[in-house]
Amino acid sequence: MPATTRPLSPHLSVYRWQIQMVTSLLHRATGIALAAGTILLCVLLLALAAGADAYARVQAFCASWLGLVLLFGWSWSFAFHLLNGVRHLAQDVGLGYAPAQFVRNGWVAAIGSLALTALIWACALARGGAA
Amino acid sequence: MSRELRTPLKRALGLGSARHGVRHFLLQRTTALALIALGLWFAWIALRLPQLDYAGARALVAAPLNAVLMISFAVAAFWHAQLGLQVVVEDYVHTRWLEFALQIAIRFLCFLGAAACVLAVIRIALGH
Repeated sequence: MPATTRPLSPHLSVYRWQIQMVTSLLHRATGIALAAGTILLCVLLLALAAGADAYARVQAFCASWLGLVLLFGWSWSFAFHLLNGVRHLAQDVGLGYAPAQFVRNGWVAAIGSLALTALIWACALARGGAA
Repeated sequence: MSRELRTPLKRALGLGSARHGVRHFLLQRTTALALIALGLWFAWIALRLPQLDYAGARALVAAPLNAVLMISFAVAAFWHAQLGLQVVVEDYVHTRWLEFALQIAIRFLCFLGAAACVLAVIRIALGH
């Protein structure tokens, strides 16, 4: 919290819900989630280097309920951050900025991320075994 | 104390733009571009891993191309994470000492994470 007690300008609560704020907020949230997910990347690679026993423990964790929930969350975070990130890169070069386009490609990122997550898990299940 | 030999103009210019203002912005976008390709590649690897036993998983990551891409992915991911978390802390943490401590901690942890991943992949690739 700030050390000063200056008056604050009206914040999120004064705005009507809109897709723009959701994609912006989710981009940050999924980014933070993915940063936490790098811990699993580290653990996976270290276990793979350490030996079969350590790797088996990581596999067992990934197949547990907690592991599956985390993997599912990270897979969606990955899908959303990827699609919305591409959207941000397009905006950086000046594309898709008109309000109508902005709203439309925001929805594309949101719904596309769900489709991409479904595709990832369909592949995982089709190849046999969730984790 | 050494005597200031520079003119006031030179000193003022020295305090001006260092021409590094867009460094963070560009690095964030550059690592993002790398992670589009590397992230999709990693998703493919992550989907293959569950089908493989320990020896198979190790052989997959040890394959030269995969080892190079895995190191690239880990470095780009931790770098991008540091750049992103830095902005989040800058935006929401307004207590100076806490912000400073968090920024340093994030840098240290991201470096350690990347270093650990790189070493692990090297050990896997070289069979140690």
